[in-house]
Amino acid sequence: MELTLNHYLVLSTILFAIGLIGVMRRKNLLMLFFATEILLNAVNIGFAAISHYRGDYTGQMFAFFIIAIAASEVAVGLGLLIVWYKRTGKIDLDQMTSMRG
Amino acid sequence: MEIYLYIALFAPLVGSLFAGLFGASPKTVITGIVTSGLLFTSFISSAILLSFVMSGHTVHVEMMTWMAAGDLYIPFGFVVDQVSVTMMMVVSIVSTVVHIYSIGYMDHDKGFNRFFSYLSAFVFSMMVLVMSDNFLGLFIGWEGVGLCSWLLIGFWYHKESATWAANEAFIMNRIADLAMLIGIFMMYWSLGSLQYDVVFANIGNIPVEVVTWIGIFLFIGAMGKSAQFPLHTWLADAMEGPTPVSALIHAATMVTAGVYLVVRANPIYDLIPEVGLFIASLGAFVAMFAATMALVNRDMKRIIAYSTLSQLGYMFVAAGLGAYWVALFHLMAHAFFKALLFLGAGNVMHAMHDELDPFKMGGLKKSMKWTWILMTLASVALAGIYPLAGFFSKDLILEVAFVEQHYILYTVLLLTAGLTAFYSFRLVALIFHGNERHLEHGIHPHEAYNFVLFAMAPLGILAVIAGMAFKTPYYEMVTQLLPAIEYHIHNHTVFWIMTIGTQLFVILAIAYAYKKYAKAVKVDEKVESGFFYQLLYNQYFIPKIYDEVFSKPYLKLSKLAWKEIDLKIVDATVDGIANVIYRTGEKTHTMQDGNLSSMLRWMVIGLVVLLVLAVAFTAGYNVVNLRAM
Repeated sequence: MELTLNHYLVLSTILFAIGLIGVMRRKNLLMLFFATEILLNAVNIGFAAISHYRGDYTGQMFAFFIIAIAASEVAVGLGLLIVWYKRTGKIDLDQMTSMRG
Repeated sequence: MEIYLYIALFAPLVGSLFAGLFGASPKTVITGIVTSGLLFTSFISSAILLSFVMSGHTVHVEMMTWMAAGDLYIPFGFVVDQVSVTMMMVVSIVSTVVHIYSIGYMDHDKGFNRFFSYLSAFVFSMMVLVMSDNFLGLFIGWEGVGLCSWLLIGFWYHKESATWAANEAFIMNRIADLAMLIGIFMMYWSLGSLQYDVVFANIGNIPVEVVTWIGIFLFIGAMGKSAQFPLHTWLADAMEGPTPVSALIHAATMVTAGVYLVVRANPIYDLIPEVGLFIASLGAFVAMFAATMALVNRDMKRIIAYSTLSQLGYMFVAAGLGAYWVALFHLMAHAFFKALLFLGAGNVMHAMHDELDPFKMGGLKKSMKWTWILMTLASVALAGIYPLAGFFSKDLILEVAFVEQHYILYTVLLLTAGLTAFYSFRLVALIFHGNERHLEHGIHPHEAYNFVLFAMAPLGILAVIAGMAFKTPYYEMVTQLLPAIEYHIHNHTVFWIMTIGTQLFVILAIAYAYKKYAKAVKVDEKVESGFFYQLLYNQYFIPKIYDEVFSKPYLKLSKLAWKEIDLKIVDATVDGIANVIYRTGEKTHTMQDGNLSSMLRWMVIGLVVLLVLAVAFTAGYNVVNLRAM
């Protein structure tokens, strides 16, 4: 069986759905970061696949940008997370309600 | 000569602005002196212009462009010709006298400076009105005098009745001004210009029905300003204002603007004699109607106001019958003696501590000798006794009616002349003769300041000589512009019978007034409770009828509009929109519970909604486009 564009796109969609469910369901901040990474990489797969099949490298360039952004996001996010953990001793999302409107 | 025109026009404005600078500060006599001085300058300039016009020239200047758009071109143009110079002289003389008089009259008033600012602003507006060379400039002056009249009637704004009277005058004039504006629009529409010379040169080329409508609408405007029936009620109520205002605005100048308009527009009214006859008939009716109300009134100033109304009726009779120069002549003579009468009444009011009921006065000739002499002179002039001003101007109107063979008008005017004499001397007798009834009320009268009496003297002299001395030179001057028709009764016997008869009739009326009121005042209960007395005393119930027919239903309508339409529909809609937004916020603010997890969930929901919308939109767009292909 030959791998077609659809296979990649289906994989990308499945990953994206997993990431989305993770974002909604997880209460642990660390898990939330994982879910976010899954979301971003799901999109990366889509970009890379479409780029390959169309012979246009713009998509792959985008994928590189996203990887760079994801890395810096995780670096900043983890830094904040550690500060938060040192202050409260918890990384539970339900505890973070200082933005209540 | 242009420089004199500008001085005559703008000196009052400068005075008004100067006094306005001190408007909010306490009394400073300098404002009164400066404004009076500037008006005297204006008077001198007018006199120089008069001598220039007498020699057969006119001055016409175009100061600047006012409106220019497409074919519309209206300049700020001013013209000094035989008609406007007459008005300028009347306005400047009377206003100078009134200004000097007011320095004494308003002596103790808190609004001294404000008063002079308004009064000079009025004179400026009046000058614009009479000097403009087009109808729109006249209209601006017309509105300006209306505004100043409103300011001055309501000068004592803390008095409920004064503000009411001011609003009444303003609103009534507004109704009439609308008609006047329509007339001016029609004129522009059919002639393409509002300049007097262009309009009058071409007015004969347009259909006579249009001319008729223009004439009618302009006259409605004149009716409002000159307080002709049925828009007359404001004039008597306007007496709430300070007395110098009544003398200047509501006797000598502003109320005669209507007559001036008809005289100025004489080429229009010459083409439509039917409208002229209507004007004359209405004038005669108002002359009689107002005189009868003056017979029984118990308010000194209102009596004089009704007398003014009556004399305006005379002027309209003359103007309506085509005797424009006679109307203008009576306007001039009337301005002098009526202003004098009002100023005298002001002196009496001051002496009587603002008491207006002449039945509570009496015997004032002892303490107020000069006021007595001046007011008697003015009343004799008003009654039309030879050789004072009224004889020459008012009896001329009677002759006009006779010569033009309108015998009904003549009879009405003749009877009115008798009534005029009676009510004028009823007033004089009640105030100055008989026993001193005011002593019961603990009032000790005093004569006015000397300079006030001195200021009134020129008007006294003019009231005596204006008719005799000015008639011939005036006729020669003004008929260069107005139709020169001499009104002579050619049959000598008829002429002498009429003249002597009128004089005898008037003298009898005076004698009767003196006999009835000069000694002791007996109140005749039977007459006073009679139907006619009550009818006249209540001003034919017209103010009540207006109140019932117009004011009260209007109030009800306004309340309906307020409570039903404004509150229940307009306000409810606006409040409803605000409420929806407010409640939405109330309901949805729980979304912002600060929990990151639930916020993310909301974000996902939003994403899904947007996706669905995008897909639905794209699909719909494709369907429509494919169909179109």
